[in-house]
Amino acid sequence: MHVESKLRKPLITGGKTLKDVSEDICKRVEGKPSLMWYAAMIISNITLVVGAYAVYRTLWDGIGMWGLNKTVMWAWDITNFVWWVGIGHAGTLISAILLLFRQRWRMAINRSAEAMTIFAVICAAMFPLLHMGRLWIGLIWVLPLPNTYGSLWVNFASPLLWDVFAITTYFSVSLVFWYIGLIPDFATIRDRAKRAGRKISAFIYGVLSFGWDGAAKTWSRYETVSLVLAGLATPLVLSVHTIVSMDFATSVIPGWHTTIFPPYFVAGAIFSGFAMVLTLLIITRRVYNLEDYITIKHLELMNIVIIVTGSIVGIAYLTELFMAWYSGVEYEQYAFYNRVTGPYWWAYWSMMTCNVISPQLFWFKKIRTNIAATFIISIIVNIGMWFERFVIIVTSLHRDFLPSSWAMFYPTIYDVGMYLFTFGLFFTAFLAFSKYFPVINMAEVKSILKHTGEKK
Amino acid sequence: MSDSGTKFVIGIYEDEDVLLNAISSVREKGVSIYEVYSPFPVHGIEDKLGYKRSRLSIAAFCFGFLGLSLALTMMIGMMTIDWPMIIGGKDFLPLPVFIPVTFEMTVLLSAFGMVGTFFVISDLKPWGIPKTFDLRSTDNKHVMAIEIEKNQMNEVELKKLLVSNGASETSIKVMDV
Repeated sequence: MHVESKLRKPLITGGKTLKDVSEDICKRVEGKPSLMWYAAMIISNITLVVGAYAVYRTLWDGIGMWGLNKTVMWAWDITNFVWWVGIGHAGTLISAILLLFRQRWRMAINRSAEAMTIFAVICAAMFPLLHMGRLWIGLIWVLPLPNTYGSLWVNFASPLLWDVFAITTYFSVSLVFWYIGLIPDFATIRDRAKRAGRKISAFIYGVLSFGWDGAAKTWSRYETVSLVLAGLATPLVLSVHTIVSMDFATSVIPGWHTTIFPPYFVAGAIFSGFAMVLTLLIITRRVYNLEDYITIKHLELMNIVIIVTGSIVGIAYLTELFMAWYSGVEYEQYAFYNRVTGPYWWAYWSMMTCNVISPQLFWFKKIRTNIAATFIISIIVNIGMWFERFVIIVTSLHRDFLPSSWAMFYPTIYDVGMYLFTFGLFFTAFLAFSKYFPVINMAEVKSILKHTGEKK
Repeated sequence: MSDSGTKFVIGIYEDEDVLLNAISSVREKGVSIYEVYSPFPVHGIEDKLGYKRSRLSIAAFCFGFLGLSLALTMMIGMMTIDWPMIIGGKDFLPLPVFIPVTFEMTVLLSAFGMVGTFFVISDLKPWGIPKTFDLRSTDNKHVMAIEIEKNQMNEVELKKLLVSNGASETSIKVMDV
């Protein structure tokens, strides 16, 4: 039998019973959505449609529509790609790494964090795909098939191809992990629909639940599958951003050519991912009245992860500066001097303020347990992390080796439109998820209810 | 009640600890339990029911090994044997650059292979029909099902046994299994 220390704060408040858990979560799926949901959905759809025009022009007229030039040949596209992939990392961290560490507070937040991962990775994938120009040919080029100019194969020595494998694996494994967790909850919705006589709902969730009946034998196998998947997903999540960082680190551009990139990118990814989880969950718990499941305690623990990863990122920034100076390489020293004081100084200092200074406020218990402060800082962190990628990419490129090639980057409305498109896509998907899928893993929450739930 | 199908005695339990004790007591009486259905994974239930540890992790390892072999075969076949080229000054068998793709393919096949195996052995499929003894077993009740024919005791004795071990309700159900 399990005994929980009385000193620990309950993870589920409000004296919930098993029945209450099903009721609280399922009624969002079964009932009509609120006006606020409709309003949010309409705004997301409009953003999606407006952004889709930028996608259309990019496909029809080519990527010349973007603000890229010969010197800054990578800018918003890869910035947005890395930003979205980074955001995705929190979902897998919460569901896989926290499962291995037996952190039970993950149970209330893993479902929406995993959904966020999946949608964020789809948004990220839009950029390299559309960057190919002729998407329909590009999609074949990344496959390990002999190409049309003779039987030449894809280049396995290229980090860009490693990225194709990493992102595809990451997306599909995260999707499977998420779906496995959803099956028992779909069965709950199915059986509730059967009891209430809602035939269509019972049929749809019946198909989605794969005939799950909650047999002890199946639960036992399910737990093994979850544990092994967590074990597989843990190195996977670390590998994905490591490989993304190698897109830069294996090049010879001053400012990119550093060995610190893999750990620094992974920490940054978790940092930005947790910030996005916080932004989404603070809204979700409020709109769906889930304060008893996603408690202040949960928000506080996530804020602690933000302090830790934010501090790692801060140290990485300082290490970069130190190594540039210590290396004695003139180009390397100039790249960083230019970053801090050059024409993009405002981007560098925005990054420093948002990523290094703002999360340090969470050392104060009052701030890290304050919902409004957490919400604001989570958004600031996400802005900061976008600037981080922009700084790394654009400031390293815009001062080319020859001063005659020096240039600035100015985004066009199509750059902005593409970014808006991914926002529209992300929020449309997340809102649809929050309406049709159970936003909290009911089965897992029920399993800890008796020992870590607040008693009435 | 129809004649076709198998006859079961069903016991409903409210609490997981009562359920675990009930499983032990029922099995001590020599009664074989058909299956227990719960809305969430009950810690330690597989030991009480005498289930062996799942071998799915072995399946994961085998599929992972398959992924590793396929990845290396593919890359060595393409870059070393079919069209050898020097890229970035590395030799024709640049093993370090094969690490990322090998790792990803290992994880991909391992995860998909294990989950596929899990679906097949647990008979989970979109058109699968659940064995629902009680619709509340995915909500808030634990359901213990005992096949009458496979046991020495009769219906009445079995019901009595379940109630004496904490079942809140008992009933008889005929199911095609």
